[in-house]
Amino acid sequence: MLNVSGVSRSFGGVYAVRDVSLSVADGEVCGVIGPNGAGKSTLFNLITGHLAADHGRISFLGQRVDRLAPHRRARMGMSIVFQAARVFRGMTVEENVMVGAHGHTRAGFAAAALRLPRHQADEREIAAEAADALARVGLAEWADRPADLLPIGQQRALQLARALCARPRLLLLDEPASGLRAEERERLATLVEELRAAGLTILLIEHDVGFVTRLADRVVVLDLGRVIADGPPAEIRSDPAVLAAYLGQAS
Amino acid sequence: MSAFLTYLLNGLAVGSAIALIASGLVVIHRVTGVVNFAQGTFAVVAGLCTSSLLGLGVPHGVSEVAAVLAAALAGLLTGLAAVGRPGTSPLSSLIVTLGVGVLAYAVEIVLWGDQPRSAPGLAGSVTLAGARIQTQHLLVIGVAAAAFALLALFFGRTYLGKALTACASNPYAARVVGIDVRRMGLLAFALGGLLGGIAGVLVTPLRPISFDTDVTLIVNGFAAAVFGALTRPVVTLAGALLLGVAETMAAGYGYGAHQLEVALGLMLVVMIVQAGRRPAISQESA
Repeated sequence: MLNVSGVSRSFGGVYAVRDVSLSVADGEVCGVIGPNGAGKSTLFNLITGHLAADHGRISFLGQRVDRLAPHRRARMGMSIVFQAARVFRGMTVEENVMVGAHGHTRAGFAAAALRLPRHQADEREIAAEAADALARVGLAEWADRPADLLPIGQQRALQLARALCARPRLLLLDEPASGLRAEERERLATLVEELRAAGLTILLIEHDVGFVTRLADRVVVLDLGRVIADGPPAEIRSDPAVLAAYLGQAS
Repeated sequence: MSAFLTYLLNGLAVGSAIALIASGLVVIHRVTGVVNFAQGTFAVVAGLCTSSLLGLGVPHGVSEVAAVLAAALAGLLTGLAAVGRPGTSPLSSLIVTLGVGVLAYAVEIVLWGDQPRSAPGLAGSVTLAGARIQTQHLLVIGVAAAAFALLALFFGRTYLGKALTACASNPYAARVVGIDVRRMGLLAFALGGLLGGIAGVLVTPLRPISFDTDVTLIVNGFAAAVFGALTRPVVTLAGALLLGVAETMAAGYGYGAHQLEVALGLMLVVMIVQAGRRPAISQESA
């Protein structure tokens, strides 16, 4: 599904990500963990296209994407949930989610402006998908509220609904658990488990080791911009290099 | 009484023309977050084009449509200059549109000279309840009403309208859901040019247009658009009609020299009131 090979990116001579390779298989939940400054966010931005790599190649669905603009990658099926609340202000929760469907709408401008039947059909389909996505993340009763007035946990749920409405092939979650209260975190974990059960491929970048090892089939550990371990959660937890770099530091 | 009605109807026509200018501002701001100060220029370009084409013997209808398309092209070119490079901040783009407006002066003077030009429109007038109104005025009102009905439906009711609004609200997140923000911005500028062009073509028969008419047009249009916080078409229309009627009344009852001051004063009041409120769409830094 996703293949990152030998990717590097430096800022002013300092490598944020150095020769990183990882792959995510179809239907897999892959977790990326690492201490602060390990290069997780840089890696995330390289995959989504918000940063360009200095070296290496990234392919998605068998196609090279490392020169494609972010919106092109999104249209191929990469859906993203950010750590920061990136909702569309001045719109309702439902409208926010409907915008997520933009990538797979067919009718063009003329059809929309003139309200042709083809567009009407699109519109109904999207409204149904949006309602479905909102119900899935538990925001159904908030649909008509202004999106920017939601608390942070629900703004993240909203982003998740928006991402689902885009019919993702690969769901990318950037620090989804950060800033959430315990019960919100639990609800998120349950949701990710449901999505995994439904066969969705997920790349989960997260600081919280417990959260990742619970949800991921496989965990990649970054430290100082390099991959120091890659394997099932049980192995990772007992890997000496990981303990030294990350867990040891935390305890 | 019939004088009052005449002023009111004429005022609505003037307001409708202002509304068409303002609609272009709203469309562009709503999608790109940019205040397009070259908006009046689009109307001037269209007005000068029609007058030239009609002067060359090109028939009515063809001339007007060609002039509107020329304005849409001017809009697209302005868009390329202002938002063509990804990552340009709305403030930098605003300065670019000012620059485009000044550059347009030079081009217009070279092509058309600095004398005002006019063009024939619909002749004749109609009498409504004792008030006379020019047919051209009725045309302006009709076109503005149709344009606003389409805009309100488009932005308010369609997901594509939402997608366009999303571009200005949060360009970063818009890209993430697969929206080509740059393309949408260019499209908004072309549409803004089209709307400005329609305004120009309709106004030229009513009042001669010269290269610097854009200042009057943009001041009035901007005053109406701030009324709708630069984002809401229907409120903008209301603001434009109010402004048109106020100006015509002021002129009709003997303060003809102060039309622009009425617009400026109204704009100032609205901006002060708006500044105290939360903006409808605020941009998050990406």
